Amino acid sequence: MKILTGNDLGTGDVIWWAGDGWSRHVGDSVDVADKGEELARAEEAALRVVAPYVIDATVTDEGVRPAHIKDRIRALGPTVRPDLTLKPNDADTGNWVI
Amino acid sequence: MYRYDSYDQSIVDARVEEFRDQVQRRLAGQLTEDQFKPLRLMNGLYLQLHAYMLRVAIPYGTLNARQMRKLGEIARKYDKGYGHFTTRTNLQYNWIKLADAPDILAELATVEMHAIQTSGNCIRNISSDQYAGVAADEVADPRPWAELLRQWSTFHPEFTYLPRKFKICVIASEEDRAAMRLHDIGLKLVQRDGRIGAEVYAGGGMGRTPMVGPLIKDFVPEDEIVSYLEACLRVYNRYGRRDNKFKARIKILVHELGVEEYKRQVEEEFAHMRTLGLNPPTEELDRIRPYFANPAYEQGLSDEIDRSDPAFALWVDRQVAAHKQPGYAIVNISLKPRGGIPGDASAEQIELVADLAERYSIDELRVTHAQNLVLPHVKKADLYAIWQKLDEAGLAEANLDLIGDIIACPGLDYCSLANARSIPLAQKLSDRFGSPERQKELGELKLKISGCINACGHHHAGHIGILGVDRKGVENFQLLLGGSGAQDASLGQITGPGFSEDGVVDAIEKVTNVYLAEREEGERFLDTYRRLGMKPFKEAIYG
Repeated sequence: MKILTGNDLGTGDVIWWAGDGWSRHVGDSVDVADKGEELARAEEAALRVVAPYVIDATVTDEGVRPAHIKDRIRALGPTVRPDLTLKPNDADTGNWVI
Repeated sequence: MYRYDSYDQSIVDARVEEFRDQVQRRLAGQLTEDQFKPLRLMNGLYLQLHAYMLRVAIPYGTLNARQMRKLGEIARKYDKGYGHFTTRTNLQYNWIKLADAPDILAELATVEMHAIQTSGNCIRNISSDQYAGVAADEVADPRPWAELLRQWSTFHPEFTYLPRKFKICVIASEEDRAAMRLHDIGLKLVQRDGRIGAEVYAGGGMGRTPMVGPLIKDFVPEDEIVSYLEACLRVYNRYGRRDNKFKARIKILVHELGVEEYKRQVEEEFAHMRTLGLNPPTEELDRIRPYFANPAYEQGLSDEIDRSDPAFALWVDRQVAAHKQPGYAIVNISLKPRGGIPGDASAEQIELVADLAERYSIDELRVTHAQNLVLPHVKKADLYAIWQKLDEAGLAEANLDLIGDIIACPGLDYCSLANARSIPLAQKLSDRFGSPERQKELGELKLKISGCINACGHHHAGHIGILGVDRKGVENFQLLLGGSGAQDASLGQITGPGFSEDGVVDAIEKVTNVYLAEREEGERFLDTYRRLGMKPFKEAIYG
């Protein structure tokens, strides 16, 4: 699947296109198929995202998984600061990115 | 320390207000990201993996307690309670909101700090020796020249859009503690026939094409240093490659022209400049110099240190360096706790070091390119009290220049350019090798990790270097041996095929075992490597 990601213009937070808006959780991502670039342009123009781009991802038992490690780290947070990730109570959280 | 005059303060204040307006226009949609990006980068604001990142300049790595306290306050108020000291002796905040950036810059301006020229193709923060002004072996304090160059290069209209970024380092000792020859231009102050001047090295650097800068001028009198640099920059600005970002640094120009031809062109330009009378007035250097005069050291202090506490004695042996003034010492504070994140410091740690600098170090501290901190003016009688406070805060690691004193860039945990994570590897290595016994056994061993070819972690200059690469979406680590950023500067050589994260830790175990088995009396790891060459190390790694 193709999913759309970028950063929130104001906060810089990593965000994912969830079909009807943006989510901070990659698991909310929807397949944008071939509409990603068009969506990105519209959302960027509406000041809801900065530096948007389309990536490959798969759906696994654990949910949507970006194809590249860089985007998995973006989705999670810094693996060396579990307390600052989106799963601060999961001691094994860093392994998800590998 | 240098203090801003009204000109310094007014240009920094004006820049804050200019950027405030730019941010407001961006948030209102009056500027596109394409228009805004170069403006925010000129103010040190990057967009990284997880958020905006603000890089704050720390000129020649020198801070007073008030400035350091402000850095801690900003970490707590605007970030997530910590900052990261970099190999450029700057500080990075990783979680900045765009709307807060102007307020942060305004707060920095109140303590004579900014984020100007921490990005872009301009002359970046001037770096220097962390022992400047207190080292017994220096011919002069290099900081007045570093400050003069800071003023000269700030908003220099001719050098605002160079072919690529430009890094200058000034030292004044035989011992190079600042990786001077791995800068675009390195200056080493020397004394000849009673006169101060500079040896000039040009075309050094790391990145994808590492070079040790060659000597291009063996003596430039002190009053002509700025003009000579101007000539060096002009030749680079004129002929540096603007068509290819990866070949745009001055090192490529010097290499492609050849050292002699580059020198010839610089000399020609320099001769022309001499006719223009463009040297800065010597009065300006004379105005700057008193700011760096020796502080009022107490006289007649004892050099005795009570070493009855063994943990304290271990720390003293490793972290405390000789000071030029009797009764005083230089304290190195490690930001490399075993299993920790190199260069990271919490707001509380930052504020503690500010307090220590104010109380015990004549209100001064330094940041090193090895991502550590220095208290430059400490009475030996105060060492034990300082150590106790550092120990309580987790800052009393005794590993300066040992294998646990790892330089690591932020890597793929934070950086959008990175290909692999540097920090988890640094943590594994310091876990494996970081016991006091093992570090002592291995002796001086500088280990440096970069998460990509841009080499912010100085892997080329590590006795052992590690470069993280992306191999079909999987992190892979190349191992290098034999680099040095010191006065014996050299570039590390790749051992062979790369490794997984665990694999490279095991490979380093094998490499250090070769060293322990083969070393001769007094040899550091680097010395043994240079004597034996790559072969025995390679055989141990790959069989």
